[in-house]
Amino acid sequence: MRGGLTREKKKKLRSWLFLAPSLLGVLLFFVAPFFVVIWYSMVNNPVQHEFVGFTNYFRVAANEAHRLAVFNTIRFSLTAVPLAVLLSLTVAVIMEASIPYKSFFRSCLLSPMMVPVASIVLIWQVLFHYNGLVNELLGIRLDWLKSNHAQVVIVLLFLWKNLGYNMILFMSALASVPKDLIEVARIEGAGRGRVFFQIKLRYLSATILFVTIMSVLNSFKVFRETYLMTGEYPFDALYLLQHFMNNTFISLDYQKLSAAAVMMSLLIVVLVGALFIVEDRFGRDIDE
Amino acid sequence: MKTFEDYQKEIKNRRNNVKRMWSWVLTGFLFLAAALFLMPVIFTFTNSFMSASEINANYGTVFATTKTGGKVFISKTVNLKFIPDLVTFSQYATVLFRSPAYLLKFWNSVIYVVPIVVFQLLVASLAAYGFSWERSMLKEIIFFAYIILMLMPYQVTLVPNFLVSRSLHIVNTHWAIWLPGIFSPFAVFLLTKFMRRIPTGVLEAAMIDGAGDWQIFTQIAMPLCKGALASVAILIFIDYWNMVEQPIVLLDNEEMHPLSVFLSKINSGEISLAFAVAVIYMVLPILIFLYGEEYLVEGITYQGGIKG
Repeated sequence: MRGGLTREKKKKLRSWLFLAPSLLGVLLFFVAPFFVVIWYSMVNNPVQHEFVGFTNYFRVAANEAHRLAVFNTIRFSLTAVPLAVLLSLTVAVIMEASIPYKSFFRSCLLSPMMVPVASIVLIWQVLFHYNGLVNELLGIRLDWLKSNHAQVVIVLLFLWKNLGYNMILFMSALASVPKDLIEVARIEGAGRGRVFFQIKLRYLSATILFVTIMSVLNSFKVFRETYLMTGEYPFDALYLLQHFMNNTFISLDYQKLSAAAVMMSLLIVVLVGALFIVEDRFGRDIDE
Repeated sequence: MKTFEDYQKEIKNRRNNVKRMWSWVLTGFLFLAAALFLMPVIFTFTNSFMSASEINANYGTVFATTKTGGKVFISKTVNLKFIPDLVTFSQYATVLFRSPAYLLKFWNSVIYVVPIVVFQLLVASLAAYGFSWERSMLKEIIFFAYIILMLMPYQVTLVPNFLVSRSLHIVNTHWAIWLPGIFSPFAVFLLTKFMRRIPTGVLEAAMIDGAGDWQIFTQIAMPLCKGALASVAILIFIDYWNMVEQPIVLLDNEEMHPLSVFLSKINSGEISLAFAVAVIYMVLPILIFLYGEEYLVEGITYQGGIKG
């Protein structure tokens, strides 16, 4: 009996050995320094290390550049995310219909995910230049990237890149809606619209939420596209959180940087927490 | 006199017609969308065969800069052209044989990405095995922490990364990019989700036959995960092939930048090369996509729903 127990324990210990490399790396490169970041965010400067409470947070919150960055980032997310979710859901629903060349269409819509942004930035610049094709087609004169409509350009790039990913998630969710349920509904006289809104959408709710949150997180990454298109100092409307972080990096103000990072991480924790709670609830709803 | 069956047929026909029409409309819509989505890639590709003078004539105004680097404004129309007047490989020849800077940056990209893909997979598959069997409360909590960490954007993770790199004195070296990449929790998450689907019976049988953990890992778990490993490898590859945030924060030395960053800093003097470089840069991911699309789709599907 005792022998069995120790064998069990040994097995447990060995499983921790498998975890060890990753765990150590994550602790060293992400977790431990994050505590340093929290500590940095609460001291006055890197030399004296005097505790100052939340002063740095107030400094960040009052900072004009940070406000602009937060405002722009939120504005971008609020436009790009609903569009991304709605459009990809629409396309996924269309792809469910009996249509020829389905796999070809899927490949076309998914391929931007694999195309490096740096490679197509050129075309994007040519399209949205003052003398570019978009202006010519629309018959207007606008230097897109240096106007208040600059975000439109980035939103389009975001949609181009992320639509396929979301579409795949929706397609697999749609495929998992029980077929017999839909058949029964159809036999009982429910139209396509009713089947979609009252059955499919219910099964999709968890996926919609997942896609929404992933899109929000991806929308925070859009700095990459912005940076490649407009460099370190973009027009005001494109000044995003990561720009603020980079500029703060350059000015070596680690206190401000740390406070901003901690605030951002709290926001993410809240978002992820919401995802978990809702996923739990919806999951149960469907199981019943 | 029409019979009941005739009416039924007529209704059926009408329905089929509506159905067919809808299918046409939808197909047309998808064709349009597909064309729009492919357009940037196709244009980049065709334009890479233009001669230098043609590119300058067409797009010179977009990329014209002053000597100090500011963009100048020339009111000349940009001429987006689909097919070059004269197909030439001269831009490729210049990039490949006469301006080593681009190939060097390309090589930089390879040097960063390959070790990250290989070692992140290695570290992650070990960890996934550890997370999948002998599950306990503590492990679940740690796994949850991994998920949160995975979802953190660069705005958050780069600050800790930078602090560690600074104290290890690896800022401005390859290690500053490699190490955080190798230990990124992303692959752990996906592989764990996959491994947890392997029925425990398979493993118990092996254990009864006297196989040790290591044997089970290398000879049963890994072969079963082949597809998942391919999916994850593609997703890691594309993420780091595209990287921008890490090099601009962790590498001051522009010589060490990957092509993704360098390409955006191409100056007006070499604008004629830009399309050819862009094509060279996207060939590898596109080949991977064509070859591994099914794996990519599978990888994305596993991500659906955060919980295992």
